[in-house]
Amino acid sequence: MGDIAQSVADERIKEEPFLTRLMKRPELGALAGVVLVTIFFAITADSAMFTLSGILNFMTPAAQLGILAIGAAMLMIGGEFDLSIGSMVAFAGLFFGVCVVTWGLPLIVSIPLTFIFAAGVGAINGTIVIRSGLPSFIVTLAFLFILRGLSLVGLKIATGGSTQLRGVRDAIEGDPLAPFFSGDAFSGLFLKLAELGIIDSFKNGSPKVSGLPVEILWYIAIALIATYILLRTSIGNWIFATGGDSNAASNSGVPVKKVKVALFMVTACCAAMVAIITVMDTGSTDSRRGFMKEFEAIIAAVIGGCLLTGGYGSAIGAFFGSVIFGMVVIGLTYTDFDQDWFQVFLGAMLLIAVLFNNAIRKRVTGER
Amino acid sequence: MSDQSVKPIVEMKNIEKHFGNIIALAGVSFNINPGECHCLLGDNGAGKSTFIKTMSGVHKPTKGEIFFEGKPMSFNSPRDSMEAGIATVFQDLAMIPLMSVTRNFFMGREPTKGKGIFKRFDIDFANSVCMEEMRKMGINLRGPDQAVGTLSGGERQTVAIARAVYFGAKVLILDEPTSALGVRQTSNVLATIDKVRNQGIGVVFISHNVRHALAVGDRFTVLNRGKTLGTAQRGEITPEELQDMMAGGQQLASLEGSLGGTV
Repeated sequence: MGDIAQSVADERIKEEPFLTRLMKRPELGALAGVVLVTIFFAITADSAMFTLSGILNFMTPAAQLGILAIGAAMLMIGGEFDLSIGSMVAFAGLFFGVCVVTWGLPLIVSIPLTFIFAAGVGAINGTIVIRSGLPSFIVTLAFLFILRGLSLVGLKIATGGSTQLRGVRDAIEGDPLAPFFSGDAFSGLFLKLAELGIIDSFKNGSPKVSGLPVEILWYIAIALIATYILLRTSIGNWIFATGGDSNAASNSGVPVKKVKVALFMVTACCAAMVAIITVMDTGSTDSRRGFMKEFEAIIAAVIGGCLLTGGYGSAIGAFFGSVIFGMVVIGLTYTDFDQDWFQVFLGAMLLIAVLFNNAIRKRVTGER
Repeated sequence: MSDQSVKPIVEMKNIEKHFGNIIALAGVSFNINPGECHCLLGDNGAGKSTFIKTMSGVHKPTKGEIFFEGKPMSFNSPRDSMEAGIATVFQDLAMIPLMSVTRNFFMGREPTKGKGIFKRFDIDFANSVCMEEMRKMGINLRGPDQAVGTLSGGERQTVAIARAVYFGAKVLILDEPTSALGVRQTSNVLATIDKVRNQGIGVVFISHNVRHALAVGDRFTVLNRGKTLGTAQRGEITPEELQDMMAGGQQLASLEGSLGGTV
């Protein structure tokens, strides 16, 4: 069948240059951004930034943001926003902390419970948006405050007045699931590499980098899974269709409402994932966890090529968007610049990304 | 009336539809035979869109019966009617400009391969089917990943029709497919309707343009204020008579004098 279609070449169609084809990919902007930021720091920053430990230094915050950003990007492609993901991190963190510390549940129970709990909150968010027909911006803005407030109140109840719940590290000590969500992976491999002299090591022979932080592995895995779902499954097509025009999609038989509620649940689960990883890493949870992360995640998604109007974007783009983010936040500490330039930089990146995306979209759709 | 030996695919009897205290349809009867183009004509607000929405499962009729291939049917959603073989090409075309032609073509009905969690969208198959079907309709795409936004109005209409035909539509409902098109694109769409009809599909062509309807129609039903004013065979009725029925009679006759019959 493919042969028939290909054999009929149209003489009026020129071969598209590789560059033009690349231009049509939504993640191009973010990729270009990574290159630009890398060049910028290669010139201005201390060379330590691009050693293995330097790279892992900026990839760790990138990963924590990236997991959120990928969820946010999928939801944005589906045509909705979730401003409550930052608060959701705190709320899921509280729930996870209570499971582990107060109730003393093992991780094999607490982790699924936390995901179910987060998915439930996401479903409430989504159902309100769908049922009321209100913009998700307003509904989730309300949940930004509701969840943040509940996290505060809940922490005080759980701890008897404090806004920080400690003791997670002791509670998970020796749990067989703990290495999957905290600490470093492949430490044996890194030790071996250090012995062979392939990576830097301290004088005593132990490697400077003891392993790959697990969040980076999760981050890459989630980006790959999200990309596969978006580009190679029916559900992915439904997500694009729902965001592109939910009326047209539902007339074509796409279960638009289910898709949207499911996306809200996925986004909340991404927040829960970040909560679990960071709570286990620091050994405590507090009410300010995830503060402002909703905006950073949306910025990373937009830098990654997501349109604010939905129906266009990519998970790989959000991946690179958050890499840019991590590079800028951490990279400035390797330079002589005042770190507070970070916010200026971020705002400028966002503006450039939006202008760029707008131009790209017009190219793709042939809008005039 | 129509040929008794041919059984209609869809028959709708005395359909009524009320929205609160508004009676949008007050008893409409309509049927569609295989391989014919049945034009549904009516002025704005006559109830054409409401009527086809009951046919395609968007609205449930308040009263009346729907028979599909002789059996009584009730559609709860557009999906139900689609599965039965009634495809609707809405005025807004149900097309998403930002998405590629292939993704639009298979939207909601993606071909898959693999099993279990490896069940995935078979993009290569989808691309080749899409290119082939579009070529049959006389449109050479730049590539299957060309965005629908870059197509002209007539081409988009053709994508929507080709999609419906590919998915085994027995009845194709076209809601004012020519209302926003230029002359050339209109004739392309009318030619597509003819191709589709020759494949034995029943086409319901909704229009308020008498000339477009007469160009391809086999039968003509006129709606006015939520009621059928009657059905006529091709050749039994003149454009002027159709025009008058649509407008509800006299006023237009006097207007037409001053406009020189150009409406």
